[in-house]
Amino acid sequence: MKIKFWGVRGSIPSPGQATVKYGGNTTCIEVRSDAGELIILDAGTGIFPLSQSLFSEFPLTAHVFNTHTHWDHIQGLPFFIPFFVPGNRVKIYGARDPISQKGISEILTAQLQYRFFPIREAELKAEIEYFSLMEGEKVTIGDAIITPVLMNHPVTNFGYRIDCNGKSVFFTGDHEPLRNIYTTDDAEDHAEYQEIMDQKNRSMMDVIGGVDVLIADTSYTPDEYMQKIGWGHGTFDTSIQMAKEAKAKQLYCTHHEPTRSDGALEAVFAEALSRNTSHTGDPEYFLAREGLEIEL
Amino acid sequence: MDSELQNRLIDMVDKMPPFPKSVHRVIELTNDINCAPKDLVQVIEHDPVITMKLLKLVNSAYYALSKSVSSVRHAVVYLGLNTVKNLALSIATVASLPRSSCAGFNINQFLLHSMTTASISQRLAKEYLGRTDATDLFVAGLLHDFGKVVFVQFMPEEFSRALSMAREENINLHEAEIKIIGADHTEIGAMLAEKWQLPSDLVTCIQNHHSPNVSDEVDDCVFAADQISKKLKFGFGGNPIIEVFPDHVVERFGMDLDALIESLGDMSSEVEKAESFILM
Repeated sequence: MKIKFWGVRGSIPSPGQATVKYGGNTTCIEVRSDAGELIILDAGTGIFPLSQSLFSEFPLTAHVFNTHTHWDHIQGLPFFIPFFVPGNRVKIYGARDPISQKGISEILTAQLQYRFFPIREAELKAEIEYFSLMEGEKVTIGDAIITPVLMNHPVTNFGYRIDCNGKSVFFTGDHEPLRNIYTTDDAEDHAEYQEIMDQKNRSMMDVIGGVDVLIADTSYTPDEYMQKIGWGHGTFDTSIQMAKEAKAKQLYCTHHEPTRSDGALEAVFAEALSRNTSHTGDPEYFLAREGLEIEL
Repeated sequence: MDSELQNRLIDMVDKMPPFPKSVHRVIELTNDINCAPKDLVQVIEHDPVITMKLLKLVNSAYYALSKSVSSVRHAVVYLGLNTVKNLALSIATVASLPRSSCAGFNINQFLLHSMTTASISQRLAKEYLGRTDATDLFVAGLLHDFGKVVFVQFMPEEFSRALSMAREENINLHEAEIKIIGADHTEIGAMLAEKWQLPSDLVTCIQNHHSPNVSDEVDDCVFAADQISKKLKFGFGGNPIIEVFPDHVVERFGMDLDALIESLGDMSSEVEKAESFILM
């Protein structure tokens, strides 16, 4: 299996001199199974450069898994070039939204309204199919198996585990570790809520556990997080913790804060590593970088 | 119950609004970006209509979580606070239940009975059965009489007559309902809960709360809590009869109703908490 990062930035694209090394595109990860199946995790602006690398494979079948429908995870989708070429097939997978009661099929319809985009959905040339997934419902694509896991974000967010011939990767999408809404002043409520959180964490770990590569939302430093509780993102320390609990071999921190320059990103990463001393058997820690490829 | 009545009720209940004070609080809290999550959860947890509708939504096959969601707190942990907040807001903005719509039925007294049954059920499960997470028991207690809310809303005249009959003849309200309406609140509540794919424990508990199933701890806790709430006159749900604990309930708690009340000790905090919601 091969993994390649095409967008590692959170919230909004951040091009410019200060982000040349890690990149300014929003979330998009290309995963290739051993047999070459094309699986794309999220369609942030990184999907545009990715799609320019695909011409030689036309007509192709692309499987786009959407973690959630916030802008920075979908804003590149209308620019996914395979849509405009007959013969291509694009399959889009994602969660239903309990508020609007709509499935993932709404994603392009919402984006391609005439007022906001010049090409209507009906004018796309590729064959497009939608699959609204249920939590835990496995999807088999050739030699790869994808398992969606419900994470914690202000909108329904699936993390995806991909298994292929004994190798595995898990991408959290956007995720803030669960927090107890009660303080220990409300001892009973606190304990009860903790019990429910523990159950949920165990069921999440059941799926994430033992992955080779964990790619995790690592937006903030612990200090920054204190101002951003409930925004739905993790910190360097929570991602390291998750990687350790999951016994992942490697952690790639992603969803970099849009205002963080390359230098600042490396500095806060180094600080996080010094706060979390590594022991034998611990995961290896990396910053996700546009263009970085991992081979498993 | 004939199927035409069933379908009519299902349609009507879909449009059923929550209680006026919860609507006010939910809108107020969701407008405040800094509201404490626990305050919002508390308001939702204490409104039978919002709780029922929230559980209906999150347990629907359409949304399809792999695990059945049995309480508001489970919904918050599994779906996230923001989703629950927005669901509550969409439920709250429908409208609110009229304050007084049925002669002989006092909504505040009914809510007090439901809320105290909820908190006592939860206490029983924790203190006597060793449960840590008993949020599903709170929900079961809160919703055990949900069928009555349906009657109040959609058959106020008939329900009012059933209330008078129970009072005048000193019989169980559900018996009077059968005589006058042809169906009782356990049947209506359970039918809706089942239709909405609520957790099966909750469905059977609503169905059985006047005749608890042997070997079902949820049924037993709610049955016992219901009698305690009635005996101590924590509000009033319209039923003048306090039922005696059947043998298996005595066995479950190791004592009868009076001894259990004695053993539970002071319950003023449960009552005050419930009252604070009704009066807020």
